[in-house]
Amino acid sequence: MTALSQPFFQHALLAGTLIAAACGMVGYFLVLRAQVFTADALSHVAFTGAMAALAIGYDLRLGLFAATIAIALLFGALGRRARPDDVVIGSVFSWVLGLGAFFVTLYTTSRSTADGTAGVSVLFGSVFGMSAGHAATAALLAGGVCVLMLIAARPLLFATVDEAVAAARGVPVRLLGYGFLAVAGASAAEATQAVGSLLLLGLLAAPAGAAIRLTDRPYRALALSVGLAVTEVWTGLFTSYAVPKMPPSFAIMATATAVYAATFLIRRPVPRTS
Amino acid sequence: MSADPLWSWNLVGDVRQMWSYPFMVNAFRAGAIVAVVSAAVGWFVVLRRQTFAAHTVSAVAFPGAAGAVLLGVGAVSGYFTLCVTAALVIAALRGTGDREESALTGTVQAFLLACGYLFTALYKGLLEGPQTILFGTFLGITTTQVTVLLGVGIAVLAVLALIGRPLLFASVDPRVAAARGVPVRALSVVFLVLLGAATAEASQITGTLLVFALMVIPAATAQTLTARPAASLLLAVALALAATWAGLIAAYCSPYPLGFFVTSFAFTGYVLALGVRVLRTAVPGRPVGEVAS
Repeated sequence: MTALSQPFFQHALLAGTLIAAACGMVGYFLVLRAQVFTADALSHVAFTGAMAALAIGYDLRLGLFAATIAIALLFGALGRRARPDDVVIGSVFSWVLGLGAFFVTLYTTSRSTADGTAGVSVLFGSVFGMSAGHAATAALLAGGVCVLMLIAARPLLFATVDEAVAAARGVPVRLLGYGFLAVAGASAAEATQAVGSLLLLGLLAAPAGAAIRLTDRPYRALALSVGLAVTEVWTGLFTSYAVPKMPPSFAIMATATAVYAATFLIRRPVPRTS
Repeated sequence: MSADPLWSWNLVGDVRQMWSYPFMVNAFRAGAIVAVVSAAVGWFVVLRRQTFAAHTVSAVAFPGAAGAVLLGVGAVSGYFTLCVTAALVIAALRGTGDREESALTGTVQAFLLACGYLFTALYKGLLEGPQTILFGTFLGITTTQVTVLLGVGIAVLAVLALIGRPLLFASVDPRVAAARGVPVRALSVVFLVLLGAATAEASQITGTLLVFALMVIPAATAQTLTARPAASLLLAVALALAATWAGLIAAYCSPYPLGFFVTSFAFTGYVLALGVRVLRTAVPGRPVGEVAS
């Protein structure tokens, strides 16, 4: 394979794999907790954070992580039991998005060295443009997210499936809720670097949605979600390498959507009532 | 901006000077239509807690516009085709359960946005970049566009007025409404299509990312302040109109984008409304107008 000998492709593959694994895990819980809209909001917050950092002159990634984690915790604080309310999320994030438009203008008008495509690459990602250092940092952070999720998986699953019983059994439901939101924020910031802030929602929702359709067993679904996400990112990267006209983020999203759509053709093993 | 408008204390003169530019007059007209229609539709969105669906429908206006430009047809038809299609897809997939519905909606949104990115990547060249479509501009609105906006706006409001009462019933208590013979599912589909049309209309002015702000924030503010349907609907429309016009004036006088001002004004109103509610509940001795549910 010639693709694998290219350094830019190796970096993309390294970062993409771990980011996909993190997104698959976090996405599974997001779908299970019916909090996909939170992820949608966070993905737009990521854009504002990145643009704010660029406009002020800091590293883009600092803005990404600071904004997504802070706003994720804010959403938790505004909702009941660290479960945010949809209308509140909508109001907050549309304002944050307005701020993003402001920072874009500030960035493109005030800095003479401004790179006009920076906004577009934050929105739609530039996984093939990652340097070795960026890829290594992204991979490390995504690995950290994975480890955190694995540690918290059992209690988080309990708290998700039956919050009241979990609370009665002494599971710190609120703490888990906040912790999960913070991790979701971090993984949104991570995924922005791979597929861009507008598309990361697909990486969070599609593999997890497909996994939940395919199996009812929690751990199997979690593993399946991770596996699907990683495979989809790989397929997307190789497709985009083979067809240079196709941007990698589109190829990844198209694969993820196709896999999810395919699960609708398969009949579910056990029809669930409710 | 070419001219350097200075805001003096002679307010009448300022407004006259601002309205001496035809594009500003058109911007105010279009802004008014968009604000009224978005707020009216958005009021039901907030009532029905369909913010995620609304956001998805508004986000897909971007691939619609990008695809239309790539194919060489007018962006307007692209907006309408894709927004209404997305609304129908979401309507068709509804009722599969909470979890799956949100995962589906998210996937639909991300995939269509990815298509939009592909279209802009394929087109390159003359397209001024996705940011104009995403964040909107109010400088180039023609009189024809205002007429189209007005026509669509009137149609959307007329249908909304027609189905308003049963829709309200179906939104507040779907089960009882269904038992009383209200066609809950059909109403939900019609409402999503209306939502698609309204978003397609609005996204031409505010950009696809910020339509959502005009839909959700004024309605959320109004429903925080009063529980009476008619009063809060009117309040939502008034708030949206105020935020849009104030935003236009602010954007006219500064180099910053319209979307930033409109969302900031609307959000300030929302925060104030939340403050008022906290004060009301804190002051005892007076019954609080909470929604009876």
